[in-house]
Amino acid sequence: MAHATTHTVSHGGAHGGHHDEHWVKKYLWSTDHKIIAFQYLFTGMAMALVGAFMAYVFRMQLAFPGSNVPLWGVVSPGQYNALITNHGSIMIFWVAMPVLIAGFGNYLIPLMIGADDMVFPRINRLSYQLFLLSAIILLASLVVPNGGFGGAWTAYPPLSANRVYNTTPYGASLWVLAVAIEFVAFLLGGINFIVTAMNSRAKGMRAFDVPIVVWTIVIASILFMASVGPLIAGAVMLLFDQLAGTSFFNPNRGGDPILWQHLFWFFGHPEVYVVLLPAMGIVAEVMTVFARKKLFAYQTVIYTIIGTGVLSFFVWAHHQFVAGIDPRMANVFTVTTVLVSVPIAEMCFVYIATLYGGSIQFSTPMLWALAFLAEFLIGGVTGIYLGASGLDVFYHDTYFVVAHFHYTFFPIAIIAVFAGITFWFPKMFGRMMSDGWGKVHFWGTIIPFNAIFIPLFILGAYGEHRRIFDYHNFPHLATPEMQALRITATVALVVMLLFQPVFLWNFIRSIAAGPKADRNPWHANTLEWTADSPPPHGNWAELPECHRGPYEYSVEGRPTDFWPQDEQA
Amino acid sequence: MFDHVVPQASSFAGGVDGLFWLITWIVGLWFIAAEGMFFWLMWRFRRRPGVPAMYVTGKEKHLKRWINIPHGLVLIFDVVIIVAAIRVWVDIKQTLPPADVTIRVNSQQWAWTFTDPGADGVLDTADDIRTTDELHVVTGKTYHFLLESKDVLHSFFIPAFRLKQDAIPGRIYTGWFKPTQAGDYDIQCAEICGIGHGVMGAKLVVEGADAHTAWLAQHANDGALATLTTPAPADTTKPAAPAAAGTH
Repeated sequence: MAHATTHTVSHGGAHGGHHDEHWVKKYLWSTDHKIIAFQYLFTGMAMALVGAFMAYVFRMQLAFPGSNVPLWGVVSPGQYNALITNHGSIMIFWVAMPVLIAGFGNYLIPLMIGADDMVFPRINRLSYQLFLLSAIILLASLVVPNGGFGGAWTAYPPLSANRVYNTTPYGASLWVLAVAIEFVAFLLGGINFIVTAMNSRAKGMRAFDVPIVVWTIVIASILFMASVGPLIAGAVMLLFDQLAGTSFFNPNRGGDPILWQHLFWFFGHPEVYVVLLPAMGIVAEVMTVFARKKLFAYQTVIYTIIGTGVLSFFVWAHHQFVAGIDPRMANVFTVTTVLVSVPIAEMCFVYIATLYGGSIQFSTPMLWALAFLAEFLIGGVTGIYLGASGLDVFYHDTYFVVAHFHYTFFPIAIIAVFAGITFWFPKMFGRMMSDGWGKVHFWGTIIPFNAIFIPLFILGAYGEHRRIFDYHNFPHLATPEMQALRITATVALVVMLLFQPVFLWNFIRSIAAGPKADRNPWHANTLEWTADSPPPHGNWAELPECHRGPYEYSVEGRPTDFWPQDEQA
Repeated sequence: MFDHVVPQASSFAGGVDGLFWLITWIVGLWFIAAEGMFFWLMWRFRRRPGVPAMYVTGKEKHLKRWINIPHGLVLIFDVVIIVAAIRVWVDIKQTLPPADVTIRVNSQQWAWTFTDPGADGVLDTADDIRTTDELHVVTGKTYHFLLESKDVLHSFFIPAFRLKQDAIPGRIYTGWFKPTQAGDYDIQCAEICGIGHGVMGAKLVVEGADAHTAWLAQHANDGALATLTTPAPADTTKPAAPAAAGTH
């Protein structure tokens, strides 16, 4: 291999020495992309626990209305609204985004393109600090007088804009502020990812030698950059409406509440692909390694990523079919929305085809990667029902929507993340996780996941609308049959949560005492596996060179079934 | 859809349910084919000692076919779904058949108020009948509803009618429905509207002409009250609100 044996000697540049730094500087004030990645990863995981706890509380209320929920108490309607609102906000903005984009992006981009760090390490540090600030503000918004914001994660005005209507003057403003700061944090991070991937690639690494996960994170960052501006503007307008008495969204004084919906969803729909794409990238890396296969039609995958990204800017109003937009406009958005199925289906087909001719090892990361595809397909096909305007008249804002987007977001934010963590764990921490406990955790998560959300599809088809704290007020929704489905979903959720300590224990115990991992335990090709496990500050003593694409597995006539990117021909 | 649970009680419910089954058949077959292929490949190419993986780039014509042909078919099925979806949509939202009766639907935190024009069939007259959280309509008649909101967004959702429309403060939305099957049904608010969102339901009574006449007679004396409490007309200083459906 090209690189020399690496040790903890700095290779110079902006990083300075590596000698006994104070732990504050090393772990809290670091500019090292790997430490910042861990900061994002651990903050995101902590927020996931908060979001999961919220789901537990409101699901208990739905299954057993009015009862005393263990660890919480009786759920009031105001608390219920705050719980669902912040569950959604946290899981998307404070879990999926920091873990998938910022966590994996920071960790993987420099290591996979053979760079010593990000191009703008200090901006990177600032990005995390702003993100942490936003998380603290959000958590604070839950404990201020009058409680947390309860106007749903979409925050439609006038409800969100007027304290008389939402009754949460402090919670609502802090929520908007947290979201706005969080977006600034990711904007900084995203700029860094794009510039780094364009400028710092290893010598010899051409565009089509870049691993798919780097492509997906960079394109996701571009989508984010291009879509977030309107929403930040909208968030500032909303804050002004709340605090300064402006009337951007106030119809009684010339404003328009629908304007917010356009600003929100112009960002909100590309956002789905912002988190989907990195998840698809992680799955590609894991699948190729454990199938020992070249990715089927690498360039096609990249074109479908770009196609999906472009199309995602033209579908936002499918969230507003029945919101009072011009009904003729709905026809345009039905066409664009249903057509998203073309690149997404192509991407799924290509991934499935990658298995053809493989030698598939069902390790824990591979199980997660395969489960991502199997489950995401359900999320994908159920999206067609909602994109079809005529049917969305019924399904909009029912539990069918809830089930649909959990079948996309759960694979994205949970399944793909577990694939990524279990796959890169040896690189991140220099030790191996237990495969056996990993599989226990896998099945203990996947089976209950389906048992939670399949009942919700049925409830949605029965006409159960969203964000209702007690269905006894609706005679046709209060039947024993429907209540049984609600209880099934809640019990499945509790079972799934009870399996999560298995992961946490495996994770923490393996960091402390797992078997030592060598540099390349999975026999993978990409450049991160040529650095030490874990890589030192600066990653390599001598930066690697790139000689081929990332997925040259099982090439005929070679002694091994892998061919690292840095190996001389 | 599941009409044993959610009856088809309006003229367009059948079309919506037909669209549901069309999509279910199409995507169901695709889903089973894709998952079937996926699991078969997993089993067929599981790791076995001494069997190496193949080197396949995905550029081979005979293999690329397996992607390109389904890809083209997806596009064709998409067109079928789009056409069917738009046909149903145009029927519900983009056309406005002449009304037999026009009613007013007012929403506010957290109640529905319905105004029936009464015996003279004209809104805003002395014999209007206003009811809170209960709407009575007659089978076989075409209704226009004027949907308004006093405060925040609400959404007028009648599952049995397969009808949903958001109410926006400052606008009057004109939509339509034609009840076809007598019975009692739920009216929901499907857009979160504050802490009382969970109690903002109403009862829809679809009845025959005789029953409805009796109901009108029973409430005839409410006329004076109705006139007194008729909501103030929409703020005239606002720009004319475009009624979304059937604007032409």
